[in-house]
Amino acid sequence: MASLKELKDRIASVKSTQKITKAKKMVAAAKLRRAQMAAEAARPYASEMEKVMTSLACKVSIDGNSSKLLAGTGKLETHLLVVATSDRGLCGAFNANIVKKARIEADKLIAEGHNVLFYMVGRKGIPIIKRLYPGQILKHFDTSNVKAPGYDEAKAIAADLTDLIDEGKYDVAHLFYGKFRSALVQEPTMQQIVPIAVHDGAVAESEGPGDYEPDEGEILAELLPRNLTTQIFRALLENNASEQGASMTAMDNATRNAGELIDSLTIVYNRSRQAAITTELIEIIAGAEAL
Amino acid sequence: MKMANLHFELVTPEKLVRSEDVFMVVVPGTDGDFGVLANHASVMSTVRDADLLIYASEGATPETISVQGGFAQVDETGLTVLADAVS
Repeated sequence: MASLKELKDRIASVKSTQKITKAKKMVAAAKLRRAQMAAEAARPYASEMEKVMTSLACKVSIDGNSSKLLAGTGKLETHLLVVATSDRGLCGAFNANIVKKARIEADKLIAEGHNVLFYMVGRKGIPIIKRLYPGQILKHFDTSNVKAPGYDEAKAIAADLTDLIDEGKYDVAHLFYGKFRSALVQEPTMQQIVPIAVHDGAVAESEGPGDYEPDEGEILAELLPRNLTTQIFRALLENNASEQGASMTAMDNATRNAGELIDSLTIVYNRSRQAAITTELIEIIAGAEAL
Repeated sequence: MKMANLHFELVTPEKLVRSEDVFMVVVPGTDGDFGVLANHASVMSTVRDADLLIYASEGATPETISVQGGFAQVDETGLTVLADAVS
């Protein structure tokens, strides 16, 4: 049985932990609102981009000169897994879930005899990938010095990916991120980004413009990197919103757990205090009777 | 008869900047500026870094928005400009 003083200190320490988790929860809630708004604001651009992309994709025939972003390299040998995680912890299993999804895919690809490389965005996924797949991290894109990843970061990542495929470093790229469903549910998602997966159904319904300036090829050359950027940007925004959601939920749980712990510790504390008093009384009474 | 208005949308990756019905928009295309009225033939063009002119009504003083890079698409639903950034 712990002494009264130990119990008291323990309660004080749990209380201060609870204060921290409570504060973190409120910060996450405020950030979540902002992140959600940003994700929603970006939706029109992404959907317009998709429309334009599909209407264009059905006009342009794929041949040897097509951009690698559209047509791929013609091989399926090396797969690049772009894993987007957050830079901060305290958000439950959010990062672990994304990394797990990536690991399952990586193991599947390796079992099929493909090469697997990683491109890490954000800090939190690196240690585990480094341990499990040593030497397979191609690059780490550092986002820890920006507050929330924005379009400029997405642009830089897209440029990186374009350069890497031109250098022949990989053939297919998949993007992993946490899709935001609600503050409680974040879904780890995999999406193929290079080469672009064009849905057959969407092509048929869009007529496409009649005229192109300067011409289809040049527009496509401009559009492809931009489309890639948009996809990554959307993933980053979703990731950010998911991170805050997960963090809010995790901190809410932690606060509740701390509360329960405080309650049970307080009961133990009071019981032992009463026991001590009772013992003391018995001693006094016994002493008095002996006289 | 009053001419039908052109539905004009200006979007950047961060947000939807404009979505309104206007009389005419002059788009700074890579191959030269072009004005878009309602019922314009469908066209798609890249946009250079320059000013976009928006005429709310015929003969009105145009409103200027400078756009940086992007695309303009005209189809039966109107004009959509996807810009990298606006200022």
